[in-house]
Amino acid sequence: MEFASLLNTFLGRVILSVAGVMIVFTFNALIAVWLERKISGHIQLRLGPMEVGPHGLLQSAADGLKLICKEIITPQGVDKKLFGLAPYMVFFPSLLMFVVIPFSDKLQVQDLNIGLLYFFSISCIATIGIFMAGWASNNKYSLMGAVRSIAQSIAYEIPIILSILNIVIITQSLKLSEIVKAQSNIWFIVPQFIPFIIYLISAIAELNRTPFDIPEAESELVAGFHTEYSGMRFAVFFMAEYTNMFLVSAMATTLFLGGWNGPILPPVVWFFIKTYAIVFIIIWVRWTFPRLRPDQLMNFCWKFLTPLALVNLLVTTFILKIL
Amino acid sequence: MEEIKDIRQDFYVNMGPQHPSTHGVLRIVLRLEGERVVSSETVLGYAHRGVEKMAESKTYVQMMPVMDRFDYVSSMLYEWAYVGAMERALGIVPPERAEFIRVIMGELNRMASHFVWVGAFLLDLGAFTPFLWVFDAREKIMDMFEEVTGQRMTNNYFKIGGVHDDITPEFLKMLDDYLKMIYQRMADVEELIESIVFLERVKDLGFISKEEVQSYGLTGPVARGSGVMIDTRKTEPYSVYDRLNFEIPLGTKGDCYDRYRVRMKEIIQSAKIVEQALGMLPEGPYAEKAPKVVKLPEGEYYFAVESARGLLGVYLLSDGSTKPYRFKLRVPSFANLSIIDKLLPGNKISDVVAILGSIDIVVPEIDR
Repeated sequence: MEFASLLNTFLGRVILSVAGVMIVFTFNALIAVWLERKISGHIQLRLGPMEVGPHGLLQSAADGLKLICKEIITPQGVDKKLFGLAPYMVFFPSLLMFVVIPFSDKLQVQDLNIGLLYFFSISCIATIGIFMAGWASNNKYSLMGAVRSIAQSIAYEIPIILSILNIVIITQSLKLSEIVKAQSNIWFIVPQFIPFIIYLISAIAELNRTPFDIPEAESELVAGFHTEYSGMRFAVFFMAEYTNMFLVSAMATTLFLGGWNGPILPPVVWFFIKTYAIVFIIIWVRWTFPRLRPDQLMNFCWKFLTPLALVNLLVTTFILKIL
Repeated sequence: MEEIKDIRQDFYVNMGPQHPSTHGVLRIVLRLEGERVVSSETVLGYAHRGVEKMAESKTYVQMMPVMDRFDYVSSMLYEWAYVGAMERALGIVPPERAEFIRVIMGELNRMASHFVWVGAFLLDLGAFTPFLWVFDAREKIMDMFEEVTGQRMTNNYFKIGGVHDDITPEFLKMLDDYLKMIYQRMADVEELIESIVFLERVKDLGFISKEEVQSYGLTGPVARGSGVMIDTRKTEPYSVYDRLNFEIPLGTKGDCYDRYRVRMKEIIQSAKIVEQALGMLPEGPYAEKAPKVVKLPEGEYYFAVESARGLLGVYLLSDGSTKPYRFKLRVPSFANLSIIDKLLPGNKISDVVAILGSIDIVVPEIDR
């Protein structure tokens, strides 16, 4: 009884939420990395990890342990404070973004009435972390990666926002739970298919993943902004990347695929099924395409995606006005 | 009034000698203006071992295994050039069967080399999957080599007057299966590679004109990509190539995409050559008797083959002893690389790896 009453207090909610978020985060970091390695393996005519655990399930845990044990190297000439802070500047926004994700009708840390705005504002903070990493590293490759990252993030924020504005206009709300409830009859992917595609492409670009992985372009910039990072600091960048992948997929699920809506199975299961379906598509794209050149990337965004999103927004507003 | 200082500085980036995309220890100093390359300078010599000098203190036979270690990706073609020069000097004509085995092995090695190139090129462009798809095809060639020569790379299979061992029935079976599979695999790989992103990246990039091909002495797929018909197998046929029927694929524009197309078509042509040679393979000895102690008669000898990268020549100057007085290689990668500093300026840093990749260099053969 006392335990139940503790849960109702503010502090109790905070503790429970932090625990929940950390569980989802850890679970995702292990599963997403494993999924990526298995899927890429099968795409590439091989098996992927097979040794540690059944079908290599524990491989990610073993890798994590290795990275924790490694020495953290701080190269000469780096800006030590920024260099040490940067990984966490990239990582913490990912954790904060969990706050508004509606896992089911009841499972949500805080149902903010500006949930959508909150999510995309927080996601921008990570770009600062990336630039800090590139600037502090005292390495030309890192700096170039960071500069590319800034340009890319700013460019692709715009089509993302323009594509989700359609949803906001339809539902008249920034509250994610209401957006999900509005989709109980029809998922927004049906009337808003083009914004969904724009969102997905821009989200892959925001994630810095192939074919838009120019900030860490391995064959050009060695490893881009995290060239000089090793050990746990590198692992933090790495985990942030996979957490962000989960988060943009979760947001795509919430906005376009009806969130936790679904028959028979419990809502939270539906949520994870849909989210990992998007994660699968993102992984699939990565292991199929080569990388775009930075200027082509910018052209694609400013000359194609942004105008398309704008036109779509106009059409949506027009139709809604007529109806 | 205070003078406004120009704070712009030249931004130099050392690409290499340790870099994922320079394919070995090549260093390119890039002067950048943002993402754009203003000028570049190629620095060689990080893998220099002085092998040409070393050859002067080794007997002709002792030099054989070293020949594998220049271009480790297509090593048998190197053996062929060296053996060919010595056979020309000694006046030994290898038996028919040996010649056909050499053609089969040489063309398989050319295919293996081009597979490595396709994989590495796509890796430079950021696509990982084609690399493993073509390496799977290459792996089967390596298995065949292992079956006959006992080695996967650096085979040391050719010898004066023929080859070391006869090909085995298992090898023939493996080759048969391989030839049945390879055309479909190439079609699959092409379908995977030629996505819109790839075409955007490589089309109209790094033009090489026909005049530049001649003035820089470019050979191999780089020259043929520009539409220049240079192929030692046709222009100066050696071994039994004059009896085989094959085409030399040519490009039209001379950009990175043409060079890619030429190599992809060459893989198919090589497979066809292997098929023909297999059909024409005569019975008989696989090696002519060669002297135990090799002493070339006094004089100069030169033999050229078409390696996977272009014209490969071996020049021997003999004073009649068991060791060459002078040993010199004409390697394709060195000449082909010479144009890089002309191609890079004006392009983006992402294009640097694409252009460098399209030229297909092997650093140990450049530095020797």
